[in-house]
Amino acid sequence: MNFLETDLHSLHQQLVNHELTAVDLVKDTMSAIDEHEPQLNAFITTNQKKALAAAEKIDAEGIAEDNLLAGIPVAYKDNIVTKGVRTTAASHMLDNFNPVYDATIVEKLEQAGTIDIGKTNMDEFAMGSSTESSFFKPTHNPWDLSRVPGGSSGGSAAAVAAGEVFAAFGSDTGGSIRQPSAYNGIFGIKPTYGRVSRWGLIAFGSSFDQLGVMTRRVKDAAPFLTVMSGHDAKDSTSSQRPVPDFSQFIGQDIKGLKIAVPDEFFGKGIADDVKAQVEKGIQQLVEQGAIVDHVQLPHTKYAVPAYYVLASSEASSNLQRFDGIRYGFRAEDVKNLKDVYVRTRSEGFGPEVKRRIMLGTFALSSGYYDAYFNKAAKVRTLIKQDFEEILKTHDLIVGPTAPDTAFKIGANVSDPITLYMKDILTISANMAGVPAASVPAGFNAAGLPIGMQMIAKRFDEGTIFRAASAFEEMNQYYLEKPSFKGGNA
Amino acid sequence: MNFETTIGLEVHVELKTKTKMFSPSPVAYGAEANVNTNVIDWGFPGVLPSVNHEAYRLGIMVALALHAEVTKETHFDRKNYFYPDNPKAYQITQFEQPLARNGWLEIEVNGVKKKIGIEEMHVEEDAGKNTHGDDGYSYVDLNRQGTPLIEIVSKADMNSPEEAYAYLEQLRKTIQFTGASDVKMEEGSMRVDTNISIRPIGADKLGTKAELKNLNSFNHVRLGLAYEEKRQAEVLMSGGQIRPETRRFDEASGETILMRVKEGSDDYRYFPEPDLPPFSISDDWINEIAGQIPEMPEKRRARYVNELGIPEYDAGILTDTKEMSDFFEEAITDGADPKLASNWLMGEVNAYLNANKLDLAQTQLTPANLATMIQLIKDGTISSKIAKKVFQETIKKGTEPKAWVESKGLVQESDPTVLTPIITAILDDNQQSIEDFKNGKDRAVGFLVGQIMKQTHGKANPKVVNQILMGELNKR
Repeated sequence: MNFLETDLHSLHQQLVNHELTAVDLVKDTMSAIDEHEPQLNAFITTNQKKALAAAEKIDAEGIAEDNLLAGIPVAYKDNIVTKGVRTTAASHMLDNFNPVYDATIVEKLEQAGTIDIGKTNMDEFAMGSSTESSFFKPTHNPWDLSRVPGGSSGGSAAAVAAGEVFAAFGSDTGGSIRQPSAYNGIFGIKPTYGRVSRWGLIAFGSSFDQLGVMTRRVKDAAPFLTVMSGHDAKDSTSSQRPVPDFSQFIGQDIKGLKIAVPDEFFGKGIADDVKAQVEKGIQQLVEQGAIVDHVQLPHTKYAVPAYYVLASSEASSNLQRFDGIRYGFRAEDVKNLKDVYVRTRSEGFGPEVKRRIMLGTFALSSGYYDAYFNKAAKVRTLIKQDFEEILKTHDLIVGPTAPDTAFKIGANVSDPITLYMKDILTISANMAGVPAASVPAGFNAAGLPIGMQMIAKRFDEGTIFRAASAFEEMNQYYLEKPSFKGGNA
Repeated sequence: MNFETTIGLEVHVELKTKTKMFSPSPVAYGAEANVNTNVIDWGFPGVLPSVNHEAYRLGIMVALALHAEVTKETHFDRKNYFYPDNPKAYQITQFEQPLARNGWLEIEVNGVKKKIGIEEMHVEEDAGKNTHGDDGYSYVDLNRQGTPLIEIVSKADMNSPEEAYAYLEQLRKTIQFTGASDVKMEEGSMRVDTNISIRPIGADKLGTKAELKNLNSFNHVRLGLAYEEKRQAEVLMSGGQIRPETRRFDEASGETILMRVKEGSDDYRYFPEPDLPPFSISDDWINEIAGQIPEMPEKRRARYVNELGIPEYDAGILTDTKEMSDFFEEAITDGADPKLASNWLMGEVNAYLNANKLDLAQTQLTPANLATMIQLIKDGTISSKIAKKVFQETIKKGTEPKAWVESKGLVQESDPTVLTPIITAILDDNQQSIEDFKNGKDRAVGFLVGQIMKQTHGKANPKVVNQILMGELNKR
């Protein structure tokens, strides 16, 4: 079974009809992984034994006709804790860490019968836009192996794009699901903040972090998100709102859908080929009956600096628990308590993580708090208001997901500001807590995927599925398969 | 030069809940290390806190009992610092919008009443405990980690160690009566930090303050503050300056000892806790909690004096703890004479508790048994001498007094028809004593009573014996 040539419904039908077993699927998945991993490095850990055992159990129990997810192989970003399966957040700090509990989404998805194949590569503690800050190795983009898969959920995106696994889960703090989805030509959705429980997600920026799902096709993501969503008593920020079956929005027409296109999303710094391709996509939406308005999101230019202050502040606090005392890495030959802290954290964290810890610590320091944290929090409120204002009169905000297409591995490692600016289009949705997705929108001249971003009102993921599936139906970009060209840089 | 003293107190009180402030682990004192912990207490990657609403309810109850204004719109904050007993390296507390503000308590020192202001009080989680082993290693026990606390910050309204002592007593008593905490210094459910400064009388600015920590009892607070008052005055009188320092009280010497000099304030990088959304406290909830607050000690005290005729001093002692006060009231409900019950509780019962270092609840004494015993004394069934035996039996073993005195044959003989023949027989045998009595030798009566008691194995009612004996003697 090749995941590049199928969809969830036909996989499910074959499982139900016994033309295929869950064990077959795991075996096929493992051979796809064996085939592509030497080039991709999408995974940090695979767990064939656990996956086969789970698949055998599913096959023995039989697959219910109404359970689309049973027996489907999936992968988790390695900042989602999995009981008994090493979870590293791609950091030396946790490179030998075995969690004693499962994240809520892992529990829910396993309950639904998905098969956990392994843990995907990422930027260390989800800090990065290229998966190059992983302690282990960089992941390569299957459309051009010399390029990055984006980040921080780069491993999940590359694994799905390459057909190594059917679906993968990621976290999105400032674009970490959407940007790699765009770079890999797949669909990835960051739901509303509070839609999915964060219990078991290793925190980066707690007020921004949200878990989401990545698949090659829009309609295949819907049932996963339906299962993942919902209130969790263990996460006080998770919403009590009822969760619709997101699949019901697939295939609905978009006549009369009011779309806002922000000028700021097509301004300086956005590559021409990206602009052109996304504008073409918007034109297609209009042809299908959507109504498009050009609007302004005046505070967008402050989004990146405000985000890096706020998310880094939260991160500086969240990552303090990695102190070498109770779990994870501890520096050797330490002589006293200060040594344990200083040496463990100096040796355990990589440079990008340290940079953000220092930035956040500074922003929270007495005497600087008002000038940085407080001011950034005010900017966040303004950005939120910008979005609320536009989404009062529009169903969707549409623009590019990323300012460019996948860049070369190593191109930006020494230039953090340039790298930070690549998040400019995605960060605002995290600041505002609204749901946002990247939908495949075609390719540039070099054959690199381009993503179109769709942003909706809080808890209105349904409209994203409606518009994204309509757009997918028009273009069927999923028929294109990655070339695996380029060779490892 | 004469100085005046300014004292402010920071008191941490553990709230009495079944589970922790932000995790479902049990709260228990004295368990084996790290037994009462879960992944949240350990600060494992990916865990999140959830607020214990019962703890917050108790916090509001204490705030109301301290006449404070409950903050309606609030949130938790993180206080960041590294220490092995602080697993997340931040404590979840309330910094910007505390539980309540502007409370007060009334104290009385040497007959003078005074209101002490409470600046603010906030809800937070306790840290674990570090211990340092003989093997060169340090050990971390996270059982206490996450225990709900309220920190109560007084205004710097106290001007003497005695006022600080009275404030603590009043605070302890008030909180104890709400039932929100055990408020026991010895178990760490109440902890006190003090700030003290002195200044020349009439000076505008407060003097530099010293912080006094590691105080294990109210008495240590009083002694430590008194020492500090003296030390600071001596430093100033000899031309020196008070440094901002943290000092501890040394029990053995009665002195305060320098722990460290403070250089600038610690930077805890407080910011709003993103894992717990801001929340509102409704008026309905506050009113509901206000309705649940038990009668406070001052009110009970006044009631005992006015309605039950208990002396002011005794009423004060009876309302010193809720336990004692509740016990007293139950005994009365069970039929005990209020004054006798009060005398017994203040006398024999307290003496027993002090001698054995026990709380009332740790004995077998019940209000019903105390009431029965008092009734047996009152109706003359037992003598006060026998009553002491009965008391020991019932407080140690919980024995029902009435059945016990009957089965042991300790019932007092008060029947004149039984006693008179015994007394006349003894008089007949002791002519010399009658002579002595007639000659005004009082000792003779004592001898005769002794003989009667001997004859009745101590069971004769002394009052009745005395009456009959005097009557018979006068007849002869």
